[in-house]
Amino acid sequence: MMRRVGLGAGLGVLVVVILAALDWRLAAMVGVWLGAWLLNVALSRSGASGARLLVPLIFGLTLLTLWEMAVRLYGISPVILPAPSAIAAAFAANTDILWADFVQTILKGALVGYVIGCGAAVLAALAIDRSVFLQKGMLPVGNFIAALPIVGTAPIFVMWFGFGPASKAAVVVAMVFFPMLVNAVQGLKASDQMQRDLMHTYAASYWQSLLKLRLPTALPFLFNGLKICTTLALIGAIVAEFFGSPTVGMGFRIKIEVGRLAMDVVWAEITVAALAGSGFYGLMALLEKQLTFWHPSQRKA
Amino acid sequence: MAVLPVLTVVGVIVLIWYAGAYLMNRSITLDTAERRGVEMSASEVFADTMAQERPRLPAPHQVAVELWNTTAGEEMFRERRGEMRPNPRSLFFHAYQTLAPTLLGFVIGSLAGLLLAIGIVHNRAMDLSVMPWAIASQTIPILAVAPIVIVVLNAVGLTGVVPKSLISAYLSFFPVVVGMVKGLRSPGAMDLDLLRTYSASRAETLFKLRLPASVPFLFASLKVAIAAALVGTIVAELPTGARFGLGARLLTGSYYGQTIQIWSALFMAAICAACLVALLGLIERATLRRMGLSA
Repeated sequence: MMRRVGLGAGLGVLVVVILAALDWRLAAMVGVWLGAWLLNVALSRSGASGARLLVPLIFGLTLLTLWEMAVRLYGISPVILPAPSAIAAAFAANTDILWADFVQTILKGALVGYVIGCGAAVLAALAIDRSVFLQKGMLPVGNFIAALPIVGTAPIFVMWFGFGPASKAAVVVAMVFFPMLVNAVQGLKASDQMQRDLMHTYAASYWQSLLKLRLPTALPFLFNGLKICTTLALIGAIVAEFFGSPTVGMGFRIKIEVGRLAMDVVWAEITVAALAGSGFYGLMALLEKQLTFWHPSQRKA
Repeated sequence: MAVLPVLTVVGVIVLIWYAGAYLMNRSITLDTAERRGVEMSASEVFADTMAQERPRLPAPHQVAVELWNTTAGEEMFRERRGEMRPNPRSLFFHAYQTLAPTLLGFVIGSLAGLLLAIGIVHNRAMDLSVMPWAIASQTIPILAVAPIVIVVLNAVGLTGVVPKSLISAYLSFFPVVVGMVKGLRSPGAMDLDLLRTYSASRAETLFKLRLPASVPFLFASLKVAIAAALVGTIVAELPTGARFGLGARLLTGSYYGQTIQIWSALFMAAICAACLVALLGLIERATLRRMGLSA
């Protein structure tokens, strides 16, 4: 194994030397890439306990470094692609604007729509669940609608509910409803017949067996839906702002700053979206871990 | 049979839609009637809400008629300045403008995703460094920033099909990576041990065990990927002032208050998505049957 790594390193050095004769900038970038990659290969082979955290971190940092190097060495215009350092500077300089946009789009638009949409979907699933006929009809239709480009309804909702956050929330409701419904209906069916029979022998009422058996067994499915919907909610809220918004909001800012060619601010906004998306998803994953610790998928190997 | 419940649900949705159209368009009807000083009977009001030119919510049959008129009722090509050109009034033309980059991007993205998944399964360093980012990237609303990519690519001089298909490729890339890594790892230890006793090489293990075993996973992720690719193309058309394509129809419809046009574009997009997913489903069934796996 070590010999193969050595061979790879030797080949890499050879490539860098040849490239250096042709274009030193490219050679520098390939060199950085190869160095980081070999470090990662060595780390992942070593089986060190920190490798699982360190290797992806090094990989991400390498990509950022290469981005920065490419922009600086080749003098790429900031109108096309700003360097990560420029984006960080724009982020730091515009924190008040970014925060206002975050509140407008994420908290007032996406989050409100997410709560209403997912809540309504779970209630609808509970209603559907009582009738086998409705279940049979609703599942294929729900699956079908969940695959459609619902985000296209954005112009309609903006027309109906105005430019404010209400229309954004409405788009989000439309986007998250069906994916959540399908997951909730499947989740409510997840308990075994045996378990249900047991509840029956205890003379449990509908509500008792719902609260003590069927909702807990449905939780993994519910969280699956909740996690899928976090991204959908953010997409819906931001895209809806492209169709009309007050002078605040992430979609609005992106649209305006692209027009003014201030790409560093646009990228700062994208960073906020990425952070918000991962944070939102992470929060749901954390909740899932706390509430479904008993499920096989959560067991540690 | 499952047809009856599905039809019932669809029927209920259509009924709710009609009721919604009546309730939402009634105020427009009553306003016009008041301005003209005409008294309208209840049935006249109802008939008017179903046949407005720019309703707040068009009735289902209005959308159906518009869909029919812009597809079957319009020629796909018409003569202009002595040559045959695509007719921009045909919805098929706009659907084609959206579908071409979708399919191109889907093919590029799926192939790239497949290759990356094979790399991840065979190389531990790649697995450790790329996989967490691939999963994290799923949580980022990249679709919302797709238009920026188009603007930037336009600034560099890339126009036409390529920028849109890059968005589609990016969006179809990750479902395929995540699904295929799972699929390529799905053969159990027993199967892998058997191939080792045959002294099969890694390439042979890949082609004779891992790839066949991953086919069901592949199709599941391809279906997700193609739906994502279509949404990507539509959103990519939004704020760049694209003139052709389903996204452009949505945008011009919203500028000029042409609600019927918006809804028909929306339905065309839905029909395209359904057809693409159904087509993949057919291929999946045929493939699995030939492989001897029950679908």
